[in-house]
Amino acid sequence: MNDKPEKLIDKKGLRLDGRKPEDLRPVKLEVGVIPNADGSAYVEHGKNKILAAVYGPREVHPKHLSLQDRTVLKCRYHMAPFSVQERKSPAPSRREVELSKMIKESLEPAVFLEYYPRTMVDVFVEVLQADGGTRCASITAAALALADSGIPMRDLVVACAAGKVDDTIVLDLMDTEDKLGAADVPVALMPNLNAITLLQMDGILTHEEFESAVNMAMEGCRKIYAIQKEALKTKYVSISEENKEEAEE
Amino acid sequence: MVSVVTRVKQKQIAQLIEEDKRLDGRDLMDYRETKIEQGIIERAEGSARVLLGKTEVVVGVKIEMGEPFPDTPNEGVLTVNAELTPIASPAFEPGPPNEDSIELARIVDRGIRESKCIDTSKLVIEPGKKVFVVFVDIYVLNHDGNLIDASALAAVNALLNTKMSNYEIKEGEVKIKPGYEQLPMKKHPITVTTVKIGNKLLVDPSLEEEEVMDARISFAIDDDNNICAIQKGGSGYFEPQQVIEAAKIAQTKAKELRKKLNW
Repeated sequence: MNDKPEKLIDKKGLRLDGRKPEDLRPVKLEVGVIPNADGSAYVEHGKNKILAAVYGPREVHPKHLSLQDRTVLKCRYHMAPFSVQERKSPAPSRREVELSKMIKESLEPAVFLEYYPRTMVDVFVEVLQADGGTRCASITAAALALADSGIPMRDLVVACAAGKVDDTIVLDLMDTEDKLGAADVPVALMPNLNAITLLQMDGILTHEEFESAVNMAMEGCRKIYAIQKEALKTKYVSISEENKEEAEE
Repeated sequence: MVSVVTRVKQKQIAQLIEEDKRLDGRDLMDYRETKIEQGIIERAEGSARVLLGKTEVVVGVKIEMGEPFPDTPNEGVLTVNAELTPIASPAFEPGPPNEDSIELARIVDRGIRESKCIDTSKLVIEPGKKVFVVFVDIYVLNHDGNLIDASALAAVNALLNTKMSNYEIKEGEVKIKPGYEQLPMKKHPITVTTVKIGNKLLVDPSLEEEEVMDARISFAIDDDNNICAIQKGGSGYFEPQQVIEAAKIAQTKAKELRKKLNW
């Protein structure tokens, strides 16, 4: 165990990793990383390394879960045993069950579920390395994987957390800040519809602090959204360039 | 699972709410009649029953000795579990906890934990080795909507009703002494759930209203009217200003209830 730092924000107002309160960690997104999947994405958000894959629309299993008027969106959030300091048992924990539900419900508003009745769409999220804010990075990656699979969507979904560390409202908490900070507020946003699809909090905040944390988190979402869009475009630009080269040959 | 009757009723409920009315005659900001009883299970160290309209939840608290978590050697342990018993609804099935019961337990847990409701520092017998473990078991007996608020209210009431046995340490062994003392409590969190139907916000949804809702959001509010836990649920969304409004509603409703309960 590391010693607990006394202060999470230094005299210059900088955080443990040198960020300013309103700074994001570096975010890298890549689309189409799993050849077998119908859609997939990989995210590196700070030290988080997370894969998301989409399979479907496909036959519903077990059959009785099938819905007559829409597809069943299923989600499984899972952490690799080696993703955290102390080995995590690969059996799903209660936290993972809850987060799977939260991620599913954050994606559902964006998907045209009614286009594929009597089918199922599986979203699998594997956390390979965790560094605080895995649910947000998972949502960002899962939405990209859904878009990559070609399932029609109203908007992308992008997520980012804000919180309170010492007495400051900060964006995008890393692991230490999450554990030792005063509050953590993960938010998922459909950026074009300006709609919040996930909101959770633990810690203690006044109403004013809550409001500014939500606003800061939404700003963070919009910054990640730009990277998300770029990642999606990059894949299709590279495909069209490959096609062009083939045509020239 | 949506029954045929509710399919027919759905439109009616949504239309009424558009006119700020509800099927059971309540105002959008009204809770159903709330009844609270403490100490209904004598075998449990603490217990409470909450009736929220026809929703009924019983919470029992048991206390055992156990080991603290390695990262918090000087604190007792809190464990919250929820059972959606098959007697409570035709939609509930026996079996291991599913995602709904796990979510319910974790929302109640977060409200109690984050508000620092229980003074866990007073539950230590031997630092790092032996502490009291507080088991909060939520039992849903009839599901007519808003299980979150009913369970959270029943849990805090059961904790307020909880008595711990006295003990002494003799030659390194823990011995139970006669007599009891109250579980040390610092805060009384109140959880308020607001749901969105159409573009309206309303509190304390009935089961029928939950079946037509777009989304719900629950806020746990502590004694100083701060927000200490939030959970959004359901497969719809909230506009940003609706989230802020729901927080204000929760703070107002929690204040009202706090006054009634004398907390």
